[in-house]
Amino acid sequence: MKATCWMGPQKMVVQDVPDPSILNQRDCIVKVSSTAICGSDLHLYNGFLPLMESGDIMGHEFMGEVVEVGREVRNLKIGDRVVVPFTISCGNCAACEAGAFSICENSNPNAYIAEKMLGHSGAGIYGYSHLTGGFAGGQAEYVRVPFADIGPLKVPDGLTDDQVLFLSDILPTGYMAAEMCGIKPGDTVAVWGCGPVGLFAIASAYMLGAERVIAIDRFNYRLRKAQEQADAITINYEKVDSVQAVLNDLTAGRGPDHCIDAVGMEGHSHGIQYMNDRAKQMLRIHPDRPIALREAILACRNGGTVSVIGTYAGFIDKFPINAVMNRSLTIKSGQCHVQRYMKPLLERIQNGDIDPTFVISHHMSLSDAPEAYRIFNRKEENCEKVVLQA
Amino acid sequence: MTSIKYKSTGSGQTGTAASSSALPNRTHSDDSNLQRYQHISDERRGTGGRNMADALGYFSIALGLAEALAPVTMSRMVGIREPSGSGRRMMRAMGMREIATGVGILSSYRPRNAVRARVAGDIMDLAFLTRTLVRPTNGESRNGKLRPRVFRNDKHSADKGRVLFATANVLAVTALDIQTARQLARQPDTRTSQQRKKGMIIVRRSITVNKPISEVYKFWRDFGKFPGFMRHLQSVTMLGESRSHWIAHGPAGKRIEWDAEIVEDVPDKLISWRSLPGSDVYNAGTVELQEAPGGRGTEVRVTLEYDPPFGRLGSKAAKLWREEPTQQVEDSIRQFKVMIETGEVLLSDATKQRGPHAAQPNYEPAD
Repeated sequence: MKATCWMGPQKMVVQDVPDPSILNQRDCIVKVSSTAICGSDLHLYNGFLPLMESGDIMGHEFMGEVVEVGREVRNLKIGDRVVVPFTISCGNCAACEAGAFSICENSNPNAYIAEKMLGHSGAGIYGYSHLTGGFAGGQAEYVRVPFADIGPLKVPDGLTDDQVLFLSDILPTGYMAAEMCGIKPGDTVAVWGCGPVGLFAIASAYMLGAERVIAIDRFNYRLRKAQEQADAITINYEKVDSVQAVLNDLTAGRGPDHCIDAVGMEGHSHGIQYMNDRAKQMLRIHPDRPIALREAILACRNGGTVSVIGTYAGFIDKFPINAVMNRSLTIKSGQCHVQRYMKPLLERIQNGDIDPTFVISHHMSLSDAPEAYRIFNRKEENCEKVVLQA
Repeated sequence: MTSIKYKSTGSGQTGTAASSSALPNRTHSDDSNLQRYQHISDERRGTGGRNMADALGYFSIALGLAEALAPVTMSRMVGIREPSGSGRRMMRAMGMREIATGVGILSSYRPRNAVRARVAGDIMDLAFLTRTLVRPTNGESRNGKLRPRVFRNDKHSADKGRVLFATANVLAVTALDIQTARQLARQPDTRTSQQRKKGMIIVRRSITVNKPISEVYKFWRDFGKFPGFMRHLQSVTMLGESRSHWIAHGPAGKRIEWDAEIVEDVPDKLISWRSLPGSDVYNAGTVELQEAPGGRGTEVRVTLEYDPPFGRLGSKAAKLWREEPTQQVEDSIRQFKVMIETGEVLLSDATKQRGPHAAQPNYEPAD
């Protein structure tokens, strides 16, 4: 089969690899109909996430048709159309039973590596380095899905791939970012980053009752999307002297009630602090540039919530812990517990509360994946979200 | 609002541990697994020695760097006004010695011997300073036959005041070194380090599983299941109620076999087994079970000890290929959890094979 393989930083190749097979009896094999490139894939593309091997198959957002099922999978049959959550979760451990699927205790066969780096291990993830298990990803014609009796969601007839594909990651992820804020009527939410997750966080904040949502980015095409299609107030941080001053003005000095970091480890800025972060990242001292996170913490109102949904990979410095402690801030974070949100969000799509297709900017063929990575990474052609079709 | 009432312990007097508790309403837990760690605060263990040893380690490195990089300045500081070439070399050598002992202290968990080496170094330093004090020109002879060693000439003889000051400092540090060495020596050996001295390896791993204690006990009691989650085992056959025959993959494709017997078996609490005398490889294991608090399932504590093939050096070499027994055992315990909770040990495309593999399907059989 054809699959998108990581061969080194900024080197993606679509090549022929063996077809996947059932390895465990709770597996199924999915013939991929649509798959997408996630913003977090760009961290792998740029080589900032550790523990990649040349030849790793990429991709954790995918859907398709079940073509083979293991003995223990009783809820799926061949021919079912499913969308698959990016977190691999067993459904049996204490975390899964509590609905915290992304910290499943059993789905990372490389947990011993994660334990050394993170203290404890989270769930396995498709195509997302060997730190999260070394699972082949879904930017391919076929993919093996472990614990298929727990993860995949059957798609009702009458919904297109584009409408439901993002249930695999970015729609629940953006939704969880907003949900972690605990939004109350009248609240103002500020969202750093207008990539697809940021856009869904904006839309979700409104769905959860926010009064106003402020979006921060540096690309006008992304801000326009946030403003026109998700009703956000926008700030281009490269065009203002101080984001914090603008936020203080918009909220009459209070600061936003909740701040969402939908940027993560490759934030941009200017000045000495940015050069320092950039240099440390190049020298592999720190893999992260936590620019948005620092700004979100300082901007947040006293007693407010900082929701961290952007991806981080290591250790950070200049972390404003003084602001967090002395101003009673709450920091919430986590990989999305996708399985918890898929069904309710599917209902919202069916009810017409949200149309997730608005984030899509490009449809391309799987064999064009290397080009898709290039334009998405360089933000060329107003690239917001690429959907690849096999 | 209810307030917490603290029991009075009298005027500044500390009562017994029970009566001085700040939480009089809390029933004391007699969890033996917790008590195991209570002795950490026992002052006879001399845990303070560890912190002082670290401080001495850093001090050694700092002083050593100064001596090695700026021997002239350092010589002047201890009262030698104009050190000769050999004097500078000696100062450098002393610096290297300091760095070596410093690294030794910081890189060891129980740096008793490294601190003792510091005491020996202190004695050398004191001898050097005493000599400088007694013969300030260091052999600059009246008849001109003895060659000068540390000092060039009479004009540049040692500054007595500085030498005395340096000597006092070294004496103070020596006292600290001796005290730290004694404190460290009081630390008893842990069970692991006792076994290590005998060339034995002990691995202990604790894990919580989301299953009732009786099910976990039944799982461990059936040794035939072990190869399912212990990759290094080929098979285990029960030969009766308490005897079993084990076959393991040894290093370099060798097959290792032994018989084992259960030495202790308390349902829902403990299973302990060991290889019978005359086995190729001595090994023993204990599984302790306990209900996890608040309905969290079962706490499982596994201790395995064995005599590694080819000794400890062999196991160090095996580490390079991730075949190291300690790592294998730790992986096994985690896989036990995956197996009992999900029914099967989970494989991924990369971990299906041993060693680094790309995360993509391959047709090679799993090993």
